[in-house]
Amino acid sequence: MREMSKIPEDLRYTEDHEWVRVTDGLAVCGITDHAQEMLNDIVFVELPETERQIKQKEQVAVIESVKAVSDVFTPVSGVIVEVNRALEEAPELLNNDPYETGWIFKVKTADESELDGLLNASAYDELVQKEEEEEQ
Amino acid sequence: MSVIFEKSKPGKNGFRIPDNGLKDMAELPEDLVNDGIDLVDVNEVDVARHYTALSKMNFGVDCGMYPLGSCTMKYNPKINERMAALEGFSRLHPFSGDSLSQGALKLMYELSVSLSEITGMAAFSLSPAAGAHGELTAVMIIKKYFADRGEQRRVILIPDSAHGTNPASVAMCGFEVKEVPSTKEGDVDISVLEQMTDENVAAMMLTSPNTLGLFDRNITVIADILHRNGALFYGDGANLNAVMGVAKIRDMGFDLMHINLHKTFSTPHGGGGPGSGPIGVAPDLVKYLPVPVVRKSADGYFLDDACPASIGRVHSFYGNFLVFVKAYTYIRMLGAEGIRNACEHAVLNANYLLAGLKKAFNLPIDRTCMHEFVLNDEGMPNGVTTNDIAKRLLDYGFHAPTIYFPLIVHGSIMIEPTETENREMLDRFIEIMISIKKEAGENPEMVKSAPVQTPVKRVDAVLAARKPVLKWEK
Amino acid sequence: MSFVSNNKTDEKDMLKRIGVNNIEALFADIPEDIRSTGGLGLPEALSEIEAEKLLRLMEKENRPRLSFLGGGVYPHYIPAAVDQLTLRSEFYTAYTPYQPEVSQGTLTAIFEFQTMICRLTGMDVANASMYDGATAAAEAVLMCLGMKKKRRVVISHALHPHYREVIKTYAWANDITPAWAECAGGVTDVAAVRALLDDDTGAVVIQTPGFFGCIEDVAAISACLSEKKIPLIVVVNEMVSLGLLKSPGQLGADIVCGEAQSLGNPVGFGGPLLGFMAAKKAYMRKMPGRFVGKTLDADGNTAYVLTLQTREQHIRREKATSNICTNEGLCALRAVIYLSMVGNRLRDLARLNHSLAAYMKKEFSRIGCEPLYESPCFNEFTVKIKNAKSVLEKLSQQGIVLGLDLGDYQENLTDAVLVCCTEEKTKQDIDAAVAAVKAITV
Repeated sequence: MREMSKIPEDLRYTEDHEWVRVTDGLAVCGITDHAQEMLNDIVFVELPETERQIKQKEQVAVIESVKAVSDVFTPVSGVIVEVNRALEEAPELLNNDPYETGWIFKVKTADESELDGLLNASAYDELVQKEEEEEQ
Repeated sequence: MSVIFEKSKPGKNGFRIPDNGLKDMAELPEDLVNDGIDLVDVNEVDVARHYTALSKMNFGVDCGMYPLGSCTMKYNPKINERMAALEGFSRLHPFSGDSLSQGALKLMYELSVSLSEITGMAAFSLSPAAGAHGELTAVMIIKKYFADRGEQRRVILIPDSAHGTNPASVAMCGFEVKEVPSTKEGDVDISVLEQMTDENVAAMMLTSPNTLGLFDRNITVIADILHRNGALFYGDGANLNAVMGVAKIRDMGFDLMHINLHKTFSTPHGGGGPGSGPIGVAPDLVKYLPVPVVRKSADGYFLDDACPASIGRVHSFYGNFLVFVKAYTYIRMLGAEGIRNACEHAVLNANYLLAGLKKAFNLPIDRTCMHEFVLNDEGMPNGVTTNDIAKRLLDYGFHAPTIYFPLIVHGSIMIEPTETENREMLDRFIEIMISIKKEAGENPEMVKSAPVQTPVKRVDAVLAARKPVLKWEK
Repeated sequence: MSFVSNNKTDEKDMLKRIGVNNIEALFADIPEDIRSTGGLGLPEALSEIEAEKLLRLMEKENRPRLSFLGGGVYPHYIPAAVDQLTLRSEFYTAYTPYQPEVSQGTLTAIFEFQTMICRLTGMDVANASMYDGATAAAEAVLMCLGMKKKRRVVISHALHPHYREVIKTYAWANDITPAWAECAGGVTDVAAVRALLDDDTGAVVIQTPGFFGCIEDVAAISACLSEKKIPLIVVVNEMVSLGLLKSPGQLGADIVCGEAQSLGNPVGFGGPLLGFMAAKKAYMRKMPGRFVGKTLDADGNTAYVLTLQTREQHIRREKATSNICTNEGLCALRAVIYLSMVGNRLRDLARLNHSLAAYMKKEFSRIGCEPLYESPCFNEFTVKIKNAKSVLEKLSQQGIVLGLDLGDYQENLTDAVLVCCTEEKTKQDIDAAVAAVKAITV
């Protein structure tokens, strides 16, 4: 049996397997443990440009594993203020520590109410369970 | 395995350049000239040994069976190489002029005519240098066709089983790709196709037989839906080996197609080319073919680039001519009967393998196949995957089949023996595949750690992608 | 000839095992009304003996005796080792190296090819090859414009006319507008380039040596682009020139692409050729084509593998950097064996090419046929010959192809011929050709 993927309680999630943590109008975003498991060994991350204005659900980054490519969509609207350059040298951070050192980009949020439309930990957990069942 | 640079040492090079008694360098100003080059300094002895050693780490069709689905790795007759090396062909410069190139032009003309006869298309251009290049050229023709008609059609349909070059070629011409699903029996879903085919659809690209190795039983219905809508029907001819001599692509309703000479017509794959991807079209698309076109007149053959409706040039010259020589030689040797015979035996061989393997392996779609078929790793014990099976086959002296394509079958294993494998080889392949399944059950580590008999073990592709090193440095 | 070895007994057994009565039954899914009745209308099958006879007859119909043609494809001496080693069937009957464990031969050789191309061009990365110089140039344009999301490209008139046409075709398919920079004295006019640059220009394309044989001032053109940060694509279609000339990388090129047929591949009536693309590191992930990378195997030994494949069609599909799949692998192998044989002597070889061309230029001058341009050339130059068309026609009847009639490419260049001398030519060949011209023009 596969180990259950980690789903921290204090985060919000999207249906495309991104997570977001907001503190004082600054949203830190990344991909979930389940996502990195599905992608397998990540070899490259195409990071967005800082100062870019983005709308919720817009494609902002691309993640490559050896055999697949995956788009990353932003959970929130706003302006990108920082990107995790460490991923350029060590894309494996996304696999090893997706919620902390594997963060991808930070957004100065335009509208915090957007978070209400996202999934909480237990709703995301249900989604993951359902997807895993479908796989079988 | 070391690289040639590691064998380099100053003074080793024994290659002499004559000087012809001419030492006229006065023309070249200093600021244009380099200070010297640093390629490699080795002797012919080193070169011969190095590349001979490298060749021994390779596996070609002459080494054993290559059941790569969609690739038609049939035997490459040696006469092909000899004919392509004839000096009258290999040393002929493309700018020599029509009157001094009659043999070459004749060959190109007759090859085009043969391909037209085999496929039922009205005319061929031999310019595209590979299948994907042919696809791209054909999409450009589709674009021009609608531009000329003043119609703005932005979408091209491809099935979910399509080869990656299909959507890539479509995107390279600014069209939008829309996927049409397949049914559980492996045919295009006609009802969905009907819904999707609107006035925005320029064409559909389909491989026939399809990438599952199955003949779409609704092929003429698909053609009809598209034509009623004013759209064009493009055939990816990668699987021509399954129908040549038995049915003509044009009769299936296709308006344009490409052929892979390096698949169907026995020219060697070369480890990644050169290939050749001629495109054939229906009568009202002939005027769009790329220039130059080889024509025949009372005075002989000539290259015509005065074709006002043409999409233009797609290659610096006329395509991969020496590859044409090989394909032409093959077609002349086989003749009409031989072509049909090759096709029939390709289909026979594939069905024979299918019959021998379907009990042991999961067969997603149980139908008579054409020249290839798809199994997958569902039900393999101990988590042994398609990749593991492929790698273990290498230990037994087979090249692996095509894996993880088409994408609509999870863990797919696509097997195409071609007509040049004999029954004994097929029996052995069946035997080995079944024994690998047994190993998966009794000794899975053997399969999961394969290959072990090859010049290198499993290669770390993750490292290569994370830290790309694309050239040698001291 | 047949390459099917199953006999009738095998056939019967196999059909039985499959569970059908005849081969025809296996084609049941093909609707009856589209199955061919009657055989294909092709000539009768030939034995290998007859096929060879036929091809040899066709070969004899190609009749140039002495040719001084260049113009994008160059006849160079090919060392015997190149032919022999590439005839090893493990190389030429192999497939694309998707199973690296049984393809280290191909992969290692391509890795070496990538390395050598980088060294010659002065670039950081090179791919495993492209179809030819023209499509390589076209794809380089698509890459640059795609990266910057621009729609305009400035192209020198000294780029090979066929390459210009191919770029035009690709540009039309992608709603890209080419702008053409005039030449002066046989080379790109830098001022003309500067005047054409605007905010929508995504790249500039030049060729060196240019189509008329003249060596370009790459550094000057690069300089005028640096302010607007427009990438410079330098096309080289005579790679032997890089044995002697400064590399485009040294002179400011961002991308170097073109034709490497000169390296160990025959002219072959124009194909197969050997396109290449090399670039600065920043372009690595956007480049089309395959890459071979170095890695380790499970035992920790060095191994080579196709890498960065996620850019390619079989994974990225419609978002791929290109649709290219099969390229010119065996031609690249020939090139790397060629370069290993010739090695650093390529510089002497280049010198010889240049000397022969310089000699022929001088001899032409002596008979009143002056060079059209002053600019320095490598192994190709444009010579003024009165009534060129008629002279070339008469020479052709003698089996001598003196060069390319430039009047076919540009209205103001009637009476100009593009002539090329490679190391294949001897002094006697040149003397004979010049004498033949003299005899006609006097």
